[in-house]
Amino acid sequence: MSGLAHLLDLRALSRDEVTQILDTSEAFFEVSRRPVRKVPTLRGKTIVNLFYEASTRTRTSFEIAAKRLSADAVNMTVSTSSVSKGETLYDTCKTLEAMHPDVVVIRHSASGAPHYVASKLRCGVVNAGDGMHAHPTQGLLDAFTIRRAKGTLEGLTVTIVGDVAHSRVARCNSVLLRKFGCRVRVVGPRTLVPPRFAEAFDVEVFHELAPALEGADVVMCLRIQRERLQDALLPSLREYSRTFGIGNAQLALAKKDAIVMHPGPMNRGVEIAHDVADGPQSVVLEQVEAGVAVRMAVLYLLAGGDDAIRSAGSAADEAPMREGAA
Amino acid sequence: MTEVLLDADAIARAVRRMASEIVEASRGVGSLAIVGIRRGGEVLSVRLAEAIAQQEGATIPIGLVDIAFYRDDAAMALPDPKIGPSQVPFDPTGRDVVLVDDVLQTGRTVRAAIDCLLDYGRPRRIWLAALVDRGGRELPIAADFVGRRVEVPVGAKVRVELGAVASDRATDRAYVEPKKERA
Repeated sequence: MSGLAHLLDLRALSRDEVTQILDTSEAFFEVSRRPVRKVPTLRGKTIVNLFYEASTRTRTSFEIAAKRLSADAVNMTVSTSSVSKGETLYDTCKTLEAMHPDVVVIRHSASGAPHYVASKLRCGVVNAGDGMHAHPTQGLLDAFTIRRAKGTLEGLTVTIVGDVAHSRVARCNSVLLRKFGCRVRVVGPRTLVPPRFAEAFDVEVFHELAPALEGADVVMCLRIQRERLQDALLPSLREYSRTFGIGNAQLALAKKDAIVMHPGPMNRGVEIAHDVADGPQSVVLEQVEAGVAVRMAVLYLLAGGDDAIRSAGSAADEAPMREGAA
Repeated sequence: MTEVLLDADAIARAVRRMASEIVEASRGVGSLAIVGIRRGGEVLSVRLAEAIAQQEGATIPIGLVDIAFYRDDAAMALPDPKIGPSQVPFDPTGRDVVLVDDVLQTGRTVRAAIDCLLDYGRPRRIWLAALVDRGGRELPIAADFVGRRVEVPVGAKVRVELGAVASDRATDRAYVEPKKERA
């Protein structure tokens, strides 16, 4: 994967590249279950988490991933107040660059901000969520979780339920899963599914839960944010919960062995019922565990690698010892 | 021209002999474990464990380590595209662990494998078994059990081909691949 300079959007990745990231994640998944959960792989590398939006989970996951790789992880949480002090994103980039990071992980409320940062920085950039646009490591960790639970991604039916309009999770999962020939269904109230979403992402759109769940292998709940009430996109959380919430009765419409996913943090009793969240079909905590493994793989693929050194031959020295048995 | 170092019969004999030597060196196979270094040592580690089981009538725990995360050039080299998970399904603490690789050259892979193994526990002893020791060490590392020792010039590659299942073993061989002419 010498071609992976940044991870900004899953659209830019081929199916083979996605498979390679998932396979690499498998190896890192094992590291987190060892007695010593740390490998020396990225010793001496610096990874900066630049978060313009509060996101404790994602930031923690990236931080743990970096630390388990022995990289130095530095967190910069840029609150809106310091932005109002007047520093532009450009100047922040240049300031960062002067500190020689190897990878910058960025979360920003503006769609496209990571692309801008990547164009200004010489180091690798990982998009950890930009506006309502992309969140590639979320898509990858969901795919990893599904592949582990189902053995494959091929031919699965995946139903994504909830606030599709504001969801990076819905977008990145649609993009990734369609690459593997999954049937992707999105379902939500008309106010929360953008027009032409079906065409843009090549998925099926439903506005009623029952037909969308029928025969599904994976049910993915999206978080409902309370701001949507103020925006008058939802009449009430109770009504939403009754029409689109996933309880045991709704889950029974999907396949018997369907898994239930949620990107967290969950609104229990709104988009997902207690029984389902804690039930045997829930893989919510597996998703969290997968998140660290996938982020380790992404950081490894971005931060390791220097073509000049490779052509000088130091990587090839060990080749005879590593390529022996066919 | 390809120079064959070991043919199928020689490999079978070498594995049997190395297995006996391992048994003899250990305090009894009860505390023994075999750990292959991915990918070259994978098949060989299974062969050795089988041979020991045949001789002693006891099954030996087998593990597998991938050293990609422990390479001394990990931070500089290109990422390895084919990493597999390490599998050490037993606690190595207090055991005599035999690390297994097909070819021993610089010793850097072995150094990395030792580091990896130590992250799983503290073995009483770590031994090293290699089917071919081709010389050219860059670290102070030596093999305890060797199929064949031979000095091979630095540029040439030593290849070991082992069939993964018993029916493929007729084509087993270890050979020196001549230096490729650059086009």
